[in-house]
Amino acid sequence: MSNDVYVVGTDMIKFGRFPDRSVPDLGAESALLALDDCGLSIGDMQALYCGNLGEAGAMVGQRVLREIGQTGIPVVNTANACATGATAFREGWMAIKAGVYDIVLAVGVEQMGRGLLGGGGGGSGIPTEGLLGSGTMPSVFAQVGLEHTRKYGTSFEQFAKVSVKNHHHSTLNPKAMYQVETPLEEVMKAEMISYPNTKLMCSVNVDGSAAAVLCSEKKAKELGLMGRAVRVRASALNSDPYSPRNMAMPDFNAVTRLAAKSAYEMAGLGPDDVDLIELHDCFATAEIVHYENLGLCKDGEAGRLIDSGATALGGKIPVNVSGGLLSKGHPLGATGIANIYEVTTHLRGEAKNRQVEGAKIGLTHVVGMGSACAVHILEKA
Amino acid sequence: MTTTAELKPAVSYLKYATDGKPYLAGSKCRKCGETFLGDRDVCAKCGARNAMEHKPLSDTGKLYNYTVVYRSFPGVQTPYVSAIVDLDGGGTVKGNLIEVEPDPKTLKFDMPVKVIFRDAGRKDKEGNSYLAYFFVPANKN
Repeated sequence: MSNDVYVVGTDMIKFGRFPDRSVPDLGAESALLALDDCGLSIGDMQALYCGNLGEAGAMVGQRVLREIGQTGIPVVNTANACATGATAFREGWMAIKAGVYDIVLAVGVEQMGRGLLGGGGGGSGIPTEGLLGSGTMPSVFAQVGLEHTRKYGTSFEQFAKVSVKNHHHSTLNPKAMYQVETPLEEVMKAEMISYPNTKLMCSVNVDGSAAAVLCSEKKAKELGLMGRAVRVRASALNSDPYSPRNMAMPDFNAVTRLAAKSAYEMAGLGPDDVDLIELHDCFATAEIVHYENLGLCKDGEAGRLIDSGATALGGKIPVNVSGGLLSKGHPLGATGIANIYEVTTHLRGEAKNRQVEGAKIGLTHVVGMGSACAVHILEKA
Repeated sequence: MTTTAELKPAVSYLKYATDGKPYLAGSKCRKCGETFLGDRDVCAKCGARNAMEHKPLSDTGKLYNYTVVYRSFPGVQTPYVSAIVDLDGGGTVKGNLIEVEPDPKTLKFDMPVKVIFRDAGRKDKEGNSYLAYFFVPANKN
């Protein structure tokens, strides 16, 4: 018997805006859905890993248990920017891999406000946003895109195509926040937020949660859950290595490359082996650079890749068929587990209209500023 | 443009030299040679301890990257250019590039820029004024 870890149950709520609900309430809903997905109850779980940013430090995991069953199990609350949910998932994976537990629950949840993220106040007494450059997320990721333009001539239109693709995909995903087609001209003519990102090229601030039940092989066999189980072939997490401009201009490339390399090595696989990818398209510009960071194409080829249609559903390497963060939504703490749900659903052959045919191996990627990048590789058991 | 020492620097890496002239402060690692913006005790690149020396950064550089910001918080005038500048001799700084058309069509990667120091134009709650830095195109003849 190997010490492989499996996802045996997973689900997410449809992302949306729920100002009248609480964070633990949103998290509890996914927790119960994931438990129902494998016919288990909270009493079967040996630990809870709960990812949330907005109320980090406010015991969200414990408050989730208060809603669904206070069994006294260990709770670890995780916060790692946009990699928060994936970090919770990875901690659960690691505990089972180490043989400490057989079966754990990982939950990711977020309730977001509206409007611009980031760009907080700087030094002594006055905010520096807009005074000493911009630190808002649209601006940070606009620069990510323009650095690619600087190196390879990638155009505004090529970045915009990412939104067209992902918004189209979301029309097939009942759990996505938005399910609306957006033709290229509409994306490019939408309100410019920070060049080249227009409003339709920015992920949406939404509320949401997702959860997964992780299990050892021994326990999964005991419980008769191998039929819909998905094997975790790799789990990687990295922080941003030193790079010269990182302090002025956050570098998401180096950290992603580290995590991708680590994950591919752990799995003994390469990008060509992957049938579908859910990557961190927090902004349309981000998806382009991550094509190269995750090895889906050579450096400099990402513009050609989006042009070719290969990353659309039906193409050679489907990316973000869920609609991605752009359209499904990006509740920060939930995204890292929502991706796991999406890939697992395809590997189980349960993705209906948006099913990637014959999917056997999938990859999930999230990266949070500061930075933390998590990559997971999943395989049909 | 004269700036007075009464203006408090808006950020810690903006300082006044002994002659009263503002400058961008950096650090250099004696061991690996890397230049950083701001003060630090330990090298983030090689981890060397007790190897950092104070290094005033240049007031000229090149535009490495930018974005044009169209939507911001209340009180911020848009559009404006948020620029990432590689300073000559080391150090990379983010700031506003002004006295230039905030249009991606006219901005050029690697265009030479100069650092200038001015009143931030923002006051804190107590009404104090602050010193800020900006980039302007450097006309090289």
